[in-house]
Amino acid sequence: MSATALGTSRPVAAKRQVIDCDIHPAMTSWTEVHPYLEPRWIEHLKTYGSHLRHAFSEALTHPRMSPDAARVDAYPEEGGPPGSSLDLMRRQHLDPNGIEHGILIPLRWNPGSQRNLDFGVALTRAMNSWQAERWVGQEPRLKGSVLVAQEDAVGAVAEIEARAGDPSFVQILILPRTDEPLGRRRYWPIFEAAERHDLPIAIHVGGTNGHPSTGGGWPSYYMEEHHAVAESMQAIVVSLIFEGVFERFPRLRFVIMEGGLGWIPSLCARMDRNWERMRGEVPHVRRRPSEYLGESIWFTTQPMEEPERPGQLLELMDRIGWDRLLFSTDYPHWDFDDPRYAFRAPLTRAQKDQLLFGNAQHFYGFP
Amino acid sequence: MARHVVATVDEIPPGARKRVEVEGRGIAVFNIGGAYFAIADRCPHEGASLCDGRLTALVEASEPGRYVLSRRGELVRCPWHGWEFDIRTGRSWCDPKRLKVRSYETSVEVGGAEATELQAETFPVSVEARFVVVEA
Ligand code: FES
Repeated sequence: MSATALGTSRPVAAKRQVIDCDIHPAMTSWTEVHPYLEPRWIEHLKTYGSHLRHAFSEALTHPRMSPDAARVDAYPEEGGPPGSSLDLMRRQHLDPNGIEHGILIPLRWNPGSQRNLDFGVALTRAMNSWQAERWVGQEPRLKGSVLVAQEDAVGAVAEIEARAGDPSFVQILILPRTDEPLGRRRYWPIFEAAERHDLPIAIHVGGTNGHPSTGGGWPSYYMEEHHAVAESMQAIVVSLIFEGVFERFPRLRFVIMEGGLGWIPSLCARMDRNWERMRGEVPHVRRRPSEYLGESIWFTTQPMEEPERPGQLLELMDRIGWDRLLFSTDYPHWDFDDPRYAFRAPLTRAQKDQLLFGNAQHFYGFP
Repeated sequence: MARHVVATVDEIPPGARKRVEVEGRGIAVFNIGGAYFAIADRCPHEGASLCDGRLTALVEASEPGRYVLSRRGELVRCPWHGWEFDIRTGRSWCDPKRLKVRSYETSVEVGGAEATELQAETFPVSVEARFVVVEA
């Protein structure tokens, strides 16, 4: 009769270098940013609160399968929302998954969507300091994203200037569903500053500026909303290209996060075809649209496509370009991708290393 | 196939579950209304621990607007991407033939001679206690 060992250990990942480009840190409560907010805004928060342009201002747009859109196993024992405990993040994710660098993408409280622009700018400042001190300062594997209140370009640029050169930050973060399509000129001062400081701009799904998630209005179900993220990303790519952003800022780099991948080749083909026919309307778009995309836009991998036949995944990556893809897990969200099992195709060691590490190392300039 | 004492019955009351490790394999043991079920504790999708999943019911609809809820607490929903598994069989709801986790036979043994024979390192085997046994 064999003896039975009891335990809760999980298999540890084979030693492999991983850069995770999408980790969501959370605050346990608003009081976590109080140390970084001027008294005037603490008072404002207490009296008026945060104001995003959707119902139940501090809730997510749709009730979801799992609260906070989180992995059920990611709630810290000491309380607080998933993503609020650095200790759990280390034990559950950074250590066992071999994360060498993890890029922070703070999503909630949406400073970029705050209707009170001054509060939004103050909140970006506070949340950026919070990232630098509370996360990057305590865990050097983590890197921050400069949050900006994009609807106030002046305020946004000032924040970029303040953070540029600070090694705690590797990029600028903007959420979609901005007041106007992101390629519009009101946002160009932000692009100018980003290019000047060689900071890529990450666009991560989300955004609560009041625009419905689909062109047809607000969907009923989270299931629908979850598909709509690809639509909003396509709208951003199309806007950036046809507004001429990459002609004006040729060294500016974008990374589209969590928007899916399957649509990229078909969008490229359709843009190129239409450009051949209607180029005269946008003469400032001097090259094939797909060329701008292939030079200036990268994509994170999660949620990884899971086609029935593995070969289809390889073909998709061939078409997008292997060098365009940056691995991401979305920890601690429910649609987390595990670096060991996310790719359902037989990848070579070199392909895996490129996706899991090499591309992001190059993109962010990690040593 | 060996038999392993994995818990005392008090440790897994109705509605509860426990993750155990038997010869290097993680197994999730559930108690549904007094009956014990054991399934492999590794989701076939990306490997999450099913023991961390929420118990759920089967929700079905014969047409939009008509819902039927059954089998309360008999399915476990993967804590990551939400695939549902029947705790009794280990089969997934979406694709029961292809997507399943292994399920194991369980039994409850009363202490004394029987349980002493099923010696477990981690339990003081007493005469009165009842033990959950997994065949794995
Ligand atoms: S790991 Fe279980 S559904 Fe994905």
